[in-house]
Amino acid sequence: MRLLTHNMLSSNIKGVTNGFPLLIEVEKVVEKQVDFNEDFLRNMFPKIEWKALVEASRTMGYTELPENAESSMLDSDEFLRKFHHALIELHLEEGALVCPETGRKFPVNKGIPNMLLHEDEV
Amino acid sequence: MKLKQLEGLLGSLDQFENPKIELEQYPTGPHIASRLLYTAENSFGDVENKVVADFGCGCGTLGLAAALLGADHVIGLDIDTESLEIASSNADDLDLDMDFVHCDIKNLKWQDRIVDTVVMNPPFGTRRKGADMDFLFVALKVASNAVYSLHKTTTRDHVKRTALRDYNAVSAEVLCELRFDVPQLYKFHKKKEVDVAVDLWRFVPKKDGEKHL
Ligand SMILES: C[S@@+](CC[C@H](N)C(=O)[O-])C[C@H]1O[C@@H](n2cnc3c(N)ncnc32)[C@H](O)[C@@H]1O
Repeated sequence: MRLLTHNMLSSNIKGVTNGFPLLIEVEKVVEKQVDFNEDFLRNMFPKIEWKALVEASRTMGYTELPENAESSMLDSDEFLRKFHHALIELHLEEGALVCPETGRKFPVNKGIPNMLLHEDEV
Repeated sequence: MKLKQLEGLLGSLDQFENPKIELEQYPTGPHIASRLLYTAENSFGDVENKVVADFGCGCGTLGLAAALLGADHVIGLDIDTESLEIASSNADDLDLDMDFVHCDIKNLKWQDRIVDTVVMNPPFGTRRKGADMDFLFVALKVASNAVYSLHKTTTRDHVKRTALRDYNAVSAEVLCELRFDVPQLYKFHKKKEVDVAVDLWRFVPKKDGEKHL
């Protein structure tokens, strides 16, 4: 799972109000190279929750993203490459996503997070 | 990519090994799947360089078609792990990147804004009434550009009315009527194939600013 996908998932347990972003527990990270696409990154930038992306990438062992970002940074090739790497090249392969409010874990196996709820959570 | 080439690649994908009746697991054939995505791209520009979600992705046919047509990020969601594993190995075979989430579409909670287009062949609701409308409801909340979906032609008026009146769609248009061969996967089907008339729809959701989630 890419961090782009992580950036849109939130805990869907009944009663949870602050389910975003999900925390990450890492067992295994893989990197898959993807062609660099500047237009895509420019288009994604305003839609991304930056703080969530920074936190997530740090948990995954990538510490290059600046704490804060603004659109003027998109003129820097160096910034774009880091953004690209964090957003779509880092994959959580094994581990878990954790609800920030309840601590409930959603396991991630073979890169696929299991967001299915138990009966009493719906 | 040419339509024929797309259809050929989709025809090479592995499909459900042990289809589950209650989940209405039957694949969208390569003919319909390729045309659905081709129309989305060539008539409306809803695929290339977009973020596309495939709801009830099964073995991944629609999502992978989107990836083949140049979608930048594709996410497949399904309630069934076995299908997701087949979908994931289909993606590997085609050397395509696709993310998957194991979830029940009805309980999906997603940040909006990011997904541009949702493509889906939802359960028609022959097992659980209204299953397709549950999918459509969530799809119209999640997508910011468009939703492509298949629904039985017999439900056309209902689909249109519900989408416009209750799900906040700004437009709901039938692009074409198709014959969908639901193969005889299940013993209770008497005939070999059940030929169902199906509409291919394009829905446009309300724009982000106007949504209240
Ligand atoms: C008609 S099949 C379509 C499969 C695939 N999209 C295709 O076009 O070949 C419907 C799919 O929806 C999935 N499904 C059924 N109910 C679901 C639910 N509540 N949440 C998520 N997926 C569901 C089934 O597992 C199945 O893969």
